[in-house]
Amino acid sequence: MKGFVRREDDYLKRNQHLVGLTDDELKERFWSLVEEIVDPLLDLAQKNTSPAIERSVLLRMGFSSLEAQPLVDGAIDRGLIGHGVGHVVYKVAKVKNLDIRTAGLELIEGKHWDDAVQIFKGGNK
Amino acid sequence: MNQLDINTKLDVKEILRDLESYRPKRRGWTWREKSEKQVYGAFEYSDMSTPLKNYIPMPAAQYFGNIDPQPNNTITTEIASGRFEDDIRRMRMAAWHGADHIMVIRTAGQSHFDGLIEGTPQGIGGVPISRKQVRAHRKALDLIEDEVGRPINYHSYVSGVAGPDVAVMLAEEGVNGAHQDPQYNVLYRNINMVRSFVDAAESKKVMAWAEMAQIDGAHNANATAREAWKVMPELMVQHGINALYSFKVGMPKENIALSTVPPSSSPAPCMKLDLPYAVALRDLFTEYKMRAQMNTKYITSSSREATVTHVMNMLISRMTSADIQSTITPDEGRNVPWHMYNIEACDTAKQTFAGLDGLMEMVELKNDGYLREKARELKERAVLYVEEIIKVGGYFTAVEQGFFVDSGMYPERNGDGIGRKIEGGVGAGSVYERAEDYMAPVTAHYGYNNVAQYDANLVDNPAALIDGCTFEKPDKIVYIDELDENDNVNQRMAESEKYRGEHGESNFVKPEVQWLGDGVVQVEILLPVALRTAQYAAIEFAKKMNLKDVEVIHIEQMHLVEGTRVQLKGVLDMDLDLNNLVIPPEPEVMSDDEIREEFDKYPVKIVAGTVGQDEHSVGLREVIDIKHGGIEKYGCDVEYLGTSVPIEKLVDAAIEINADVILASTIISHDDVHYKNMKRIHEYAVEKGVRDRFIICAGGTQVTPEIARDNGMDEGFGRYDRGVNVATFLVKERRAKRDK
Repeated sequence: MKGFVRREDDYLKRNQHLVGLTDDELKERFWSLVEEIVDPLLDLAQKNTSPAIERSVLLRMGFSSLEAQPLVDGAIDRGLIGHGVGHVVYKVAKVKNLDIRTAGLELIEGKHWDDAVQIFKGGNK
Repeated sequence: MNQLDINTKLDVKEILRDLESYRPKRRGWTWREKSEKQVYGAFEYSDMSTPLKNYIPMPAAQYFGNIDPQPNNTITTEIASGRFEDDIRRMRMAAWHGADHIMVIRTAGQSHFDGLIEGTPQGIGGVPISRKQVRAHRKALDLIEDEVGRPINYHSYVSGVAGPDVAVMLAEEGVNGAHQDPQYNVLYRNINMVRSFVDAAESKKVMAWAEMAQIDGAHNANATAREAWKVMPELMVQHGINALYSFKVGMPKENIALSTVPPSSSPAPCMKLDLPYAVALRDLFTEYKMRAQMNTKYITSSSREATVTHVMNMLISRMTSADIQSTITPDEGRNVPWHMYNIEACDTAKQTFAGLDGLMEMVELKNDGYLREKARELKERAVLYVEEIIKVGGYFTAVEQGFFVDSGMYPERNGDGIGRKIEGGVGAGSVYERAEDYMAPVTAHYGYNNVAQYDANLVDNPAALIDGCTFEKPDKIVYIDELDENDNVNQRMAESEKYRGEHGESNFVKPEVQWLGDGVVQVEILLPVALRTAQYAAIEFAKKMNLKDVEVIHIEQMHLVEGTRVQLKGVLDMDLDLNNLVIPPEPEVMSDDEIREEFDKYPVKIVAGTVGQDEHSVGLREVIDIKHGGIEKYGCDVEYLGTSVPIEKLVDAAIEINADVILASTIISHDDVHYKNMKRIHEYAVEKGVRDRFIICAGGTQVTPEIARDNGMDEGFGRYDRGVNVATFLVKERRAKRDK
């Protein structure tokens, strides 16, 4: 089929190391193993972002869903998403002395992107 | 609109008015708690939560003083009509029947919509979750919860490629609970797994801020697997991954609920399969909440069968635990749930839990033997499962190798699991590493956030950089009304305006099962022919009844050839002008004092009995007996002859004791025997020359005043008549006779 494993039920062979555990020990083992599974996933989430996460940041900054989309697209196109799209808007507002909404709306109109690229890629804060 | 009037229909237009400025009155989930009040009517309960201010009790409550004890489990109802404006009225009905968790199903396909949906397009099998839709629903529920006197939790979905966007919108709009489980995206929606887990952390962080309760998606494995009872070890693993992931993101354990389903169903020996599983699960997840879903995997179009399955599922809830008891409508196996089936499902839950009240004070689950051995085995199988995930290199590799939703009971493997590629699926390649200066100036953001580069004092309050985000300053939320000029609520409501009227009330009425004016009706036919013949014949009968778009929704053999039961739906495309409807006035009822005074002055002797071959006595006893509030309490002299009284004996006894009144109860209506009995009493009294001496009345569940009078009775009493109705008639009739 898809080449996935096929295997007879060998539970009674596999469980030998668990038989001696108390119920509490078994439970503890379950949770510590699950933790081993989720920790790398949490680490991944810690270090990465996505278009949806950035849109959710922009929503919280007071942009509509229709406005968030082009801002994120604009940042991805210019390789800026890794700095945070909300950050791009924040920084442009700060540098251009605009309020957050105006800065975002002007970015949607296509303004300030070159400056943004300059600021972030130039390593200038 | 500040409050609802219980005697006025909810005005949906009013809900939609000024939505742009509406703010939810609270946020966060509310659990039911055990109430101080455990006494209802004649009974003391053990497990009841606070009573409702306004409610409709289950039908049999009429025999128990209309009590409506509310179990301490949150009761869910799921609504999926695709039109949010019509769902609003159903929410109100459900709330009155005890639902306090309203789950509005999301339209098919929204998982793959990369962004928020705006406006109010119509959905399929649910509604598109948009800000306007959510806000309207929360606004309506804010009013409905005041009306019934209990907080109502509103529930939605945080999944798909726009999970974080949706989570923020739901948090802003005061939504109280949501499904969130990245495994659902991965396994059933083929959304890239890296993206799903990265997004999920942000979504969960936002949900935690909003104090929302979270329900996971493990029940889907149950509904998808070839043999649902074999995925039990995997279900525990899926629950474990989502639960711990959520907790470590920052969600409190008391708001993390496992979506658990009894995986099998009768005719399988389901208790032997499902109960050990329920026990094993609660052993492992002691600190988490249980959302008990009902089995849908083995649901058929039989609403009776579904109801029995669900009652058995709730027995497991009662024997173990269920913080949230979901209800699946008994028509789920044949159509998108209709209004009345949501109510049936809520009532089934209420009836079952009231009936099982105190069960675990009387019985306990055995601490050894089959139950515990089986539970232990399931837990060991789950531990072996996680061991192998780690051995192969972690979650993503396990998914790539088709670990999940395999039809074998782990460690058995049938090679038919759902496999996904780490670089595949919707949204693949859309995860970006955060740079060292990555920053997001908002509340409830998960992960690395270099706020310190701007202000080291604001590390714990990034939103202060922008003077508060929408979570602190809801006025910053941008509300979009409609985007599609054709597919929106205003257009749909204009089409049903005739039945809605100016303020939700109209003189015109049309049958409805889910949308105002949909015209859908259900009919039930038994045909004395074989199944396939019956299927086609029934459709012809329905067409002859003037129904359009006829469909068979359930068919069941009574015998190979002797009979087939068919349930159909169709559209009855006609309406009624209520102005032309003749409604007989409600029967007038005299006060107890007036009746007593009359019988005091003019004593009355009554002979009563259930006639024919009829052994039923309850109805007549209620009409007569003083302890049931019957006519004896007015001082009548009643000679009760019992059940199966021959007609002749009833009349002869009346002659013998010189009675004034004969009360004949006739419950059985088979072959119209109740008509015949009434007629025979009348004729026998005429034959004996005594008809004028007596007031003769008949009663029974199928008796109406019209039928009774047509068959020679002076009056008839039906299923809702009590002693006071009979006494009022007797007083009036005797006054009229005296005045003659």
